[in-house]
Amino acid sequence: MANVHASNTAQQPDHAHDDHEHHDGPATGIKRWIFATNHKDIGTMYLVFSLIMFFIGGAMAMLIRAELFKPGLQLMDPVFFNQMTTNHALIMIFGAVMPAFVGLANWMVPLQVGAPDMALPRMNNFSFWILPFAFTLLLSTMFVPGGMAAAGWTLYPPLSLQTGDSFPMLIFAIHMMGASSIMGAINIIVTIMNMRAPGMHLLNMPLFTWSWLITAYLLIAVMPVLAGAVTMLLTDHFFGTSFFNAAGGGDPVMFEHIFWFFGHPEVYIMILPAFGIISEVLPTFARKPLFGATSMIYAIASIAFLSFIVWGHHMFVDGMPVAAQLFYMMSTMLIAVPTGVKVFNWTATLWKGSLSFEPPMLFALSFLFLFSIGGFSGLMLAIVPVDFQYNQTYFVVAHFHYVLVPGAIFGIMAGVYYWIPKWTGHMYNMTLAKWHFWLSTIFVNVLFFPQHFLGLAGMPRRIPDYAVQFTDWNMVSSIGGFCFGASQILFAIVIVQCIRGGQKASAKVWDDARPNGLEWTLSSPPPYHSFTTAPEIK
Amino acid sequence: MRLTRGSIDRSTSWQRKLMCAGMLCAAALGLAGNAGANTSNGYNLPTGVTDLARDMYGLHMEVFWICVGIAIVVFGAMIYTLVRFRHSQGAVADTTMLHSTKVEIIWTIVPVLILVVMAVPAADLILKQEDTRKSELSIRVTGYQWKWEYSYMDAAEGVDFFSTLARDSNFARQVNSGIDPKSVPNYLLEVDKPLVIPSGTKVRLLLTSQDVIHAWWVPDFGAKRAAIPGFVNELWFKVDPGKEGVYRGQCAALCGRDHGFMPVVVDVRTPDEFKKWVETQKAAMKQAALPAPASPASPAPPAPPPTAQALPK
Repeated sequence: MANVHASNTAQQPDHAHDDHEHHDGPATGIKRWIFATNHKDIGTMYLVFSLIMFFIGGAMAMLIRAELFKPGLQLMDPVFFNQMTTNHALIMIFGAVMPAFVGLANWMVPLQVGAPDMALPRMNNFSFWILPFAFTLLLSTMFVPGGMAAAGWTLYPPLSLQTGDSFPMLIFAIHMMGASSIMGAINIIVTIMNMRAPGMHLLNMPLFTWSWLITAYLLIAVMPVLAGAVTMLLTDHFFGTSFFNAAGGGDPVMFEHIFWFFGHPEVYIMILPAFGIISEVLPTFARKPLFGATSMIYAIASIAFLSFIVWGHHMFVDGMPVAAQLFYMMSTMLIAVPTGVKVFNWTATLWKGSLSFEPPMLFALSFLFLFSIGGFSGLMLAIVPVDFQYNQTYFVVAHFHYVLVPGAIFGIMAGVYYWIPKWTGHMYNMTLAKWHFWLSTIFVNVLFFPQHFLGLAGMPRRIPDYAVQFTDWNMVSSIGGFCFGASQILFAIVIVQCIRGGQKASAKVWDDARPNGLEWTLSSPPPYHSFTTAPEIK
Repeated sequence: MRLTRGSIDRSTSWQRKLMCAGMLCAAALGLAGNAGANTSNGYNLPTGVTDLARDMYGLHMEVFWICVGIAIVVFGAMIYTLVRFRHSQGAVADTTMLHSTKVEIIWTIVPVLILVVMAVPAADLILKQEDTRKSELSIRVTGYQWKWEYSYMDAAEGVDFFSTLARDSNFARQVNSGIDPKSVPNYLLEVDKPLVIPSGTKVRLLLTSQDVIHAWWVPDFGAKRAAIPGFVNELWFKVDPGKEGVYRGQCAALCGRDHGFMPVVVDVRTPDEFKKWVETQKAAMKQAALPAPASPASPAPPAPPPTAQALPK
């Protein structure tokens, strides 16, 4: 945070020496990646993997929006439509957003805490390399009899038990994703707890590292719950158990409880690291320390705690005692308080600052506005009696896409644009990045804002075809979707160009804004083993 | 009973021909054929035709305007900041501004108070919504992939039928059917046999399912609840007298391939008309049940006899 200063002048000769001797650099060719134990190489693989998944999941979203462009079924059978919605969600959540955050953590946590690498480098390799196999398995279900899973990413039984041959493959893929996430989380916790530079107290840690510390605990707490839930589905399907089968004395609603006990913390897993990134980017380009940094940490921690006691708000229409409805409504509304504190603190960080608008700052500011809109609709959804009208409509779709796209994904983009010169040693094409920003911000609203109207007017979610009065807003939304999708190609172009070359980046990268934190004391790109001697924290 | 359905089918196909003949504009508006049936203006919640739906709408608007108020203040402050404190305009950062316990306490307490303002009426409405006592008519609603079964209890005990997507919509919704959905009245929101209920009566639905989870939803009634195998969920509504008409909704829980094609249509009639409808239904059922026992070789097809009785209604 603000008072972290490093003097590692002694270190510069060190790695110059390392580079010279070549005894400790990366392996050459494909081995560098297959046997990678270096946090930067693994971080890069996570981020590239996530970008590929972002485009695959995005392609599915384009198909969905194409079918919904006008009423009637023009392109696909309803089953294929359901397969697309289900797998779009699974791929975006487990393949794009989560690996992107783990990739950012791999790159930045050792740099931010002054460590040479992650604490458990071989496990780090393992946790990454599970993912390509998990998603190959998931995507290969497209070719098995019965096709991909089509029961929604929430996998509610009994519907999910009607899945064809892809069912066990899907479950195994989810198990692998869970194992990968848990290992990643353990690695991050161990690194943060044991490898901080001497003198860096917990409350002095940078906000991104803090947000990941809390996220990692959430992951360890809930991924096994998901694994348990899907394993019960598996035994219901193949081994004659009746966990969720009413005819056998089981309880389909129990699955929903178990799933959302995982599912709600999961949504915070996808947003807390973004909070951390925003808390790094805003102070830099406001040229002013983060306002109320300690209360920001407490706010993240309280959001994380509350995330465990609000899962019932996903299930109000499934039938719930009045007392439970009241409890889940109030606990959910309470989340607005720490979230509000964060938004107010960010605004106060900007207040009396000296703001400049580089691409990371633009994405962070867009996050601030648009995530707040998602927060407002979230508050509305918490109000139980009205939730009975909103639930399972496009209003919900609009809400969670506002918190996930301009929330989580803009957070990731802000992070990438903020740190990529540090990673590659090159500045990127600012003009193109700004185009990417403006097109994304405009079209994300064209895409998702009309969905509020659709939901309120009564369009259910997860339908491939709709009554004609929903035509206009669906068309607007689809056009927004195509343009948003197309503008993401700019993101890939900027990244590829930046990896290949460009104007040399200085150690501080944003010299004019003088960013604070240990990562900016290293050269760009940083030496292979980051901090070979621990920096001193004054 | 079957015949009543036939007569409804016939009348809708008549309406369709009329619309095809001339009402292009009305077709473009979709629901124009059934004016007043949907109380949503196309971008907001329906104002509703029941007490509950109106209360929901009111609460929705209250919370919405509170959010708009907060948004104006917060976004206003952000925009002011972005304009006022620009580096390019020579703004100098005040790096001493680290935190302020006072303002942080204020912006923790004030949201809590706002939340209380929202939570109190919401809690009231929850209690009202869940109070299914003293209902005057109960109907068992069972979800199937992909249709609804309505089994009446109380005064209409014994009346029982299925409700599925109307044939016009079903033809039009096939992949590349070549039929313009806009030419189909109430595309995807029409059934062969709607649920008929009396206005001004507290109706209680008991929902369950025979296969997967479905959800029964009529936005204008503010009535949505999941139908879950092995469970019986309850909901109630009471349509205002004078608001008789046809109200439409859809299944609201992903239930497989044809989730988008199992509409809910409710025909609200005055209590007198409802009573007559129940009598016709019962008579038709009795008629259908009578000839069965004796003559298996009876040449009379089961359909014709009730026609004469069903039509005069």
